Amino acid sequence: MNRIIRKRQLSADVYRFTFEAPNIARERKAGQFLIIQLDNDFAERFPLTIADADADAGTVDIIFQAVGASTMKLAAMEEGGSIANVLGPLGTPTHIHSLDGPVVCVGGGIGVAPMHPIAQAHKAAGNRLIIIMGARNRELLIMEEEMGALADELIICTDDGSYGRKALVTEPLKELCESAEPPAQVVAIGPPIMMKFCAETTRPFGISTLVSLNTIMVDGTGMCGGCRVTVGDETKFVCVDGPEFDGHLVDFNNMMLRLKAYKPQEEDHRCRIGADGTGDAE
Amino acid sequence: MSEYKTRDTLDAEAAALWKEYGGRDLTVKERRAIPQQDMPSQDPVARRSTMSEVALGYTENQVKVEALRCLQCKNAPCVAGCPVTIDIPRFVDHAARGEFAQSIAVIKESSLLPAICGRVCPQEKQCMLTCTVGKAMKDPEKSVAIGRIERYVSDWEVAHDAVESIPVAPPSGRKVAIIGSGPSGLTAAADIRREGHEVTVFEAFHKPGGVTVYGIPEFRLPKAIVERDVDNLISMGVNFQTNFLVGRTRTIDSMLAEDGWDALYIATGAGLPKFMNIPGENLVGVFSANEYLTRSNLMKAYQTGKALTPMYAAKKVCVFGGGNVAMDAARTAVRLGAEEVHIVYRRTEKELPARVEEVHHAKEEGVIFDLLASPIEIQGDENGRVTGIVCQRYELGEPDESGRRRPIPIEGDTFAVACDACITSIGNASNPLISQTTPDLEVNRWGNIVVEEATGRTSIDRVYAGGDIVLGAATVILAMGEGRRAARAINAELAG
Repeated sequence: MNRIIRKRQLSADVYRFTFEAPNIARERKAGQFLIIQLDNDFAERFPLTIADADADAGTVDIIFQAVGASTMKLAAMEEGGSIANVLGPLGTPTHIHSLDGPVVCVGGGIGVAPMHPIAQAHKAAGNRLIIIMGARNRELLIMEEEMGALADELIICTDDGSYGRKALVTEPLKELCESAEPPAQVVAIGPPIMMKFCAETTRPFGISTLVSLNTIMVDGTGMCGGCRVTVGDETKFVCVDGPEFDGHLVDFNNMMLRLKAYKPQEEDHRCRIGADGTGDAE
Repeated sequence: MSEYKTRDTLDAEAAALWKEYGGRDLTVKERRAIPQQDMPSQDPVARRSTMSEVALGYTENQVKVEALRCLQCKNAPCVAGCPVTIDIPRFVDHAARGEFAQSIAVIKESSLLPAICGRVCPQEKQCMLTCTVGKAMKDPEKSVAIGRIERYVSDWEVAHDAVESIPVAPPSGRKVAIIGSGPSGLTAAADIRREGHEVTVFEAFHKPGGVTVYGIPEFRLPKAIVERDVDNLISMGVNFQTNFLVGRTRTIDSMLAEDGWDALYIATGAGLPKFMNIPGENLVGVFSANEYLTRSNLMKAYQTGKALTPMYAAKKVCVFGGGNVAMDAARTAVRLGAEEVHIVYRRTEKELPARVEEVHHAKEEGVIFDLLASPIEIQGDENGRVTGIVCQRYELGEPDESGRRRPIPIEGDTFAVACDACITSIGNASNPLISQTTPDLEVNRWGNIVVEEATGRTSIDRVYAGGDIVLGAATVILAMGEGRRAARAINAELAG
């Protein structure tokens, strides 16, 4: 179960794994995610987005950044190894339908990974697809080839100008909103601050803007409520009501504070992680 | 409840009673003269810093003396109070004679999870409620301590390596899926497997057990006991498929149409935490009891240094609600290093839904009860972290439909409590996942699955349901009763 059949390192700390998960590969739809846990006793459960899947081969692709104890441990696994626990697909799939105008998909950093299946689905639905990809620099851009193959128009931005436009993703997004053929739908996935500003960019134009949230979760099935966010006047659970919400209604400030809930513990833990990333240095 | 006594003291008292009453025929009057045996427990101060089980279990002297209190009523009103109709007088009589192997065998005719039930059943609301001894004393808490005797004999069986494997009929060629591995699912799995059907239990988490592993803390129900019961099922040939969320990993419709299951039993529990909808509820440091307990129990976050799942650091914790789960959360907070833990509850101590024993334990461990009060606002600092709550004071008015006196807010009477974490424990709603992904499944307006009462049959052919997903949040033993009922109906359907 969950045997890793291909491991690729995309940049300094970003990895792409292809692993066997036939049930998930068969059932997953655009917008859904997984929960991973690396052992039965003391490992934590953490959500990861699905970057791609092959139902016939029974495989799923994940792309993740090795930033915390668990993702570093995952990154240290090799082909042939098995991930102890994978639960999914989770979350409500993206609602895909035929649109009158173009769909603009904005992916920031590693947020391009969960954008990929959504872009695929919009393409399959016959929608005109404009993809904006952003990263700090060229090194950190992922899935350019795959996204380029899907997009009717691909716009690449880097913060440092090392590739594509030297701009934040909100700059071309604003231009598209002001253009003669404004987007019928914007989907933004990336760091919370990027999604917040994408939503602010489209708000004056009244263009529907979906964001996909990645909050702290334990079970991923609606049981704990740790992932809850304020959307308009309501409290919503990212794991079952989401992960996609109307970006104009999400309280990003509250969400960003909630993401820092365990910062002291995480920093303490990072100090104890060994150089091999296995977390066994004590 | 009486003052704290050590296990040795309680055992010595029981030994003296056994000398007086044991080994001879007793009159009803003599039996009634025997005092109820207190459950030995860990020292109330020492246990505040350990997760190990609080209730230590009767000694042999105690269990025999307690069993002597049973009047062996011919009409056995206690049995009628038990959701799985254990032959209580018979197993208690064996215990009084020291025949513990026979005693546990009687229980196992009706229940395969006695070590769990002996610990977490609310006996005072079930078998002990109808017990003649308690009726005579006008206090179900003073009835024969049936659960403590049950626990003793089930622990005795394990300690003496006397667990007998359950006989399984030859393969029937039929296969049944059980969805959810909590008490209801495990009970149904055992009963269906016994008839020779292939049984697979699907569980979304990485470990089977449901609420007994994620919800009930180690200090009330050691996880080794749950593992042992699951292992017994595995040895009977029951398959467990963890990390499988029915409704998402596979829909009910596909399981029936494509995967060849002859019958399904849905026992997914009540797993959607309710919040209070008060200002500040999404501040950092506000948790559902489900989240707080799951982190500590299932994810083992209490083992800091080993577990990667963190616990929120808090010195002052307020728990909202008065049920057993609220007590579990408060007592977990004590063990995780909180210096001050409050239970905030709208009614008085008399109306607390938690078991008297749990309230007693919580008080012994220093939990403060803010009664006739309810939070109306949670306050936070500039980082969005909880700094305190504002509570409204209540008084009790006329009884409502449930017979409990209705709490009425006292206009303008509020007070503040400083704290750095809040835990809401005001119940669970039904998780909508299965009903959302199974269009033909009939649910009521609260999202509970509608079933035929006698069988647990749902609106879909070959699909049964039971436990909290049908009842709303209830108890372990009621869920087990439902599992047993559905198993009987499924076995009958597969045999026919």
